[in-house]
Amino acid sequence: MSNQYTHRSGIVKIIFIVVGAVFVLRLSMLQLFDKEYKEKAKNQSLRNITQYPARGLMYDRNGQLLVYNEAVYDLMVIPRMVKDLDTGYFCRAVGISREEFDMRMEKAYTYSPYSASIFMKQISKEDFGRWENVLYKFKGFYISKRTLRIYDKPIAAHVLGYVGEVNEHDLEENPYYKRGDYIGKSGLEASYEEELRGVKGKKVMQVDVHNREIGSYMHGQLDTMPLEGMNLYTTIDADLQEYAEKVMANKRGCIVAIEPSTGEVLALLSAPCYDPNLLVGRIRGENFMKLNSDISKPLFNRALQAQYPPGSIFKVAQAMIALHLGVITPSTGFVCDKVIGCHNHPSARSVQEAIKMSCNPYFYYTYRRVIQQGKFKNIYKDSQYGLTVWHDYMNRFGFGYRLPIDLPNVKKGNIPDTAFYNKWYGREKWAFTTIYSNSIGQGEVEVVPLQMANLACIVANRGYFYTPHLVRFYGPDSTKNPEFYVKHETGIEREYFDIAAKGMYDVVHGAGGTAHKADIPGIDVCGKTGTAENYGNDHSVFIAFAPKDKPQIAVAVYVENAQGGGGTWAAPIASLIIEKYIRGEVKRKDVEKYYTEINPCQKLPLTRRVKKPKKR
Amino acid sequence: MMPANRMSAAEKKRYDWVPIMLYLVIVLFGWLNIYAACYDETHAQVFDFSRQHGKQLLWMGVAFLIAVCVLLIHPRVFSNGSYIIYGVVLILLVATLFIGTVTNGGQSWIDFGAFKFQPSEFAKFATALAVAKYISAIDIDLTLPRTRLTLALLVLVPAGLVLLQHDTGSALVFLAFLLPFFREGLSHYILLVGVLAIALFVSALLINKFLLMGILFVICLLYLFVWLSKRTARTYWRTAGFFVLCCLFTLSVDFTFEHVLETHQRNRIYVLLGKVEDPRGVGYNVDQAKIAIGSGGLIGKGFLNGTITKADFVPEQETDFIFCTVGEEWGFVGGVLLIAAYVGLLVYLVTMAERQRSVFARFYGYSVASILFFHFAINVGMVLGLVPVIGIPLPYFSYGGSSLIAFTLLLFIFIRQDADKNALI
Repeated sequence: MSNQYTHRSGIVKIIFIVVGAVFVLRLSMLQLFDKEYKEKAKNQSLRNITQYPARGLMYDRNGQLLVYNEAVYDLMVIPRMVKDLDTGYFCRAVGISREEFDMRMEKAYTYSPYSASIFMKQISKEDFGRWENVLYKFKGFYISKRTLRIYDKPIAAHVLGYVGEVNEHDLEENPYYKRGDYIGKSGLEASYEEELRGVKGKKVMQVDVHNREIGSYMHGQLDTMPLEGMNLYTTIDADLQEYAEKVMANKRGCIVAIEPSTGEVLALLSAPCYDPNLLVGRIRGENFMKLNSDISKPLFNRALQAQYPPGSIFKVAQAMIALHLGVITPSTGFVCDKVIGCHNHPSARSVQEAIKMSCNPYFYYTYRRVIQQGKFKNIYKDSQYGLTVWHDYMNRFGFGYRLPIDLPNVKKGNIPDTAFYNKWYGREKWAFTTIYSNSIGQGEVEVVPLQMANLACIVANRGYFYTPHLVRFYGPDSTKNPEFYVKHETGIEREYFDIAAKGMYDVVHGAGGTAHKADIPGIDVCGKTGTAENYGNDHSVFIAFAPKDKPQIAVAVYVENAQGGGGTWAAPIASLIIEKYIRGEVKRKDVEKYYTEINPCQKLPLTRRVKKPKKR
Repeated sequence: MMPANRMSAAEKKRYDWVPIMLYLVIVLFGWLNIYAACYDETHAQVFDFSRQHGKQLLWMGVAFLIAVCVLLIHPRVFSNGSYIIYGVVLILLVATLFIGTVTNGGQSWIDFGAFKFQPSEFAKFATALAVAKYISAIDIDLTLPRTRLTLALLVLVPAGLVLLQHDTGSALVFLAFLLPFFREGLSHYILLVGVLAIALFVSALLINKFLLMGILFVICLLYLFVWLSKRTARTYWRTAGFFVLCCLFTLSVDFTFEHVLETHQRNRIYVLLGKVEDPRGVGYNVDQAKIAIGSGGLIGKGFLNGTITKADFVPEQETDFIFCTVGEEWGFVGGVLLIAAYVGLLVYLVTMAERQRSVFARFYGYSVASILFFHFAINVGMVLGLVPVIGIPLPYFSYGGSSLIAFTLLLFIFIRQDADKNALI
């Protein structure tokens, strides 16, 4: 049966086909020509999850654990997924106020209602444990684990350093780091950052619309495992370090103790010390501000960064160079004629006696012979030549340049060279008389305490040193840094150093010696006092090594603004360190008690109020 | 003709296998995509009746059984029983308003405990039967206003009841009856007016209303003085009337938009027109759907490898947004094949309808094709971002028992009529 409208079947068919064609066209636009959606799809359904490796641990030289990691928990929230939350109950459980809840929630909401953000940072294991079993009730919240550094003993803060979030500079410098990553900011944490941090792993996860992970992508073919950070086996003797910090409590200054035969740093501290645990976790920012504004500068690592005039300890190096150059002999004597100020003592008839009595005029004349050797008629030219030779030898003692220790921010001190004085006074406008203060470690000479300890090592070794370092080896393969096994020779004869050692022995034991307070019955301590002139009271300086033959330890002690010179304060403190290290304990309890408790440092003018750091 | 021949012709049932095969292909392909859409490794079992793919398998079994039954029942059962079926469905629709459960803002389900059932899905084929029955009466006179009114009411009553259930999408589907009416002689102006109304509505939302009226005025002037060679008073009046009606309609758009449509409907239209860019909010579904489809590329990511659909990015992905899964996992090729299958089925159904000897079967055939077409066009158009989001299923493809069974009934009743076309003279 047909009727007048049969032809309309064609129109209906055409409508169907046209719609189908439009759909095919649209489909081809979406799927074949527009790349935008492919990109979008990739971004939103896959998520790269960083797998953080555990940061390497640090051990002391005897295998004691210095630094390890502890799990802390970040409470994360995806605002849109928060449902049926009993806010009051939640606040009580987590321990925040309602206002704080609203504030944090709003912050998370502003960041993104659909993706996760940190609701509460670094919740301790104990705190988390209290409400872990009710977490499931809080829909939309979950826990993300992180680690924090923990220090068993509150020691060696300056050596170990601290870890903090990367800043803009770090991000720019190294593409490895992403916002929120941690990086070593100072100390060994900074200098061994690459070894300690390990290598981050990656997990590609498929996520659903709520950012929930629903499984691995491509069966984990693109995933990489994180590589654990390497452990550091340091040269620090934790017991000695702890002891040294105890002795230096209430004082300002620093101690550096080194094993001369290897260059391994046994203890290194800058007083006032602080508990490294203060700079960890949520309390870090606040405590950092407090420490940073403290007038006694606890964050300043004096052992590496304080450039002091070395004072009389410098005379040991001066004598060695003069002997080597042949401008004096071991039996050369100079009359103590007070050409520059000196204390009352008999004139020194030999280098050994001069070191023992620390005679200023003796070294004035010695230095004059070094600087003005008479090679040129013109005393200016002669001085220029002499200073160049002297500067070269001083460099061989580790002075005047950055000792390449494995800690960051080491200062180089100053050993003036001809360029320095030419710039200062003008070419050929200076001679010995202009620069004689250098002879006794004053004037333009500056060294850092590390270099002083190194000088003690050189004498202990009778002429050479190994670069002081803090890490023996690291990682599973016990990797060593070959630079620390290079012997640095001074090029000066061993017999001269024997004379220096004898002189330093006399300092402690001989009649007229300046540091009898460093004497330890049964241990042959060799030392040299120094008093560095300064604004305010002088700094008290002492370098020492012991025993005299086959030395086990060399040490430099600096006590800032302590009235009474090196022999009064630094020497007895050095002796405590030496005894503690060699004997394992200090028998002179009275000495220990006295010097531990006393504070000889001149009080600093308090221009700022210093608050007590908050304890975690 | 000899009685013997008549007998043999009547007994010789010639089932047309083309629509049956297309039906099977679409249903099976649909199930694969439902399986992929709700796939996760812990529930990979095919016969897991707690999962949607398992349930759909059950519904498919029921649907096939019903299809076979329909093919075995005498076709007169449906033509004679059409008013009864229509009446039963109307009662169910009314009942739904009182005892229905609310899902997704629509009150269109009757809960029987073990399973839920959506009467509005069955309203379409019942209405098709009833209208076909009415229009095929020997003494029908389509020119009578009474007849026209009755036909309109037959369609509008169930449509209104569905609208009362807040199921706007399903109610809109009743517009599909315009096509069979058109085939039976409905003036083509009705279709043109519909197209014009949509065009004006969209334009009014996009551009300034007075500018739009200005453009209309210019078009009318051009029509009068350039297009027409002879102008009579009548053409002037008609054109003026047309212009005034268009202007009134344009001015009413704002009112309709603000007061008749609901907020989510307004938003869906805004999103489609690009007036709202909010991929996280109201535009979320459409944006995710486009991302899923767009990421499929030419040949797709492969069965079960769709990352967007598998990750629940697309809401309603196993029901109304199932086409996303096709686009993502089977790519352009799969999408085009599916569209071709649908268009092929639709065109074939029209051809089949034309070869019917009875008005009943012809009208019913057109109804089947039109209802399927509306669902297909709105559903795929919505997923592709061409039509505002209107939640109606893709026939035979989307997850859902009521819809699958209702569409199966719809189609197989027609196939049964077609098989007996020679006997029904």
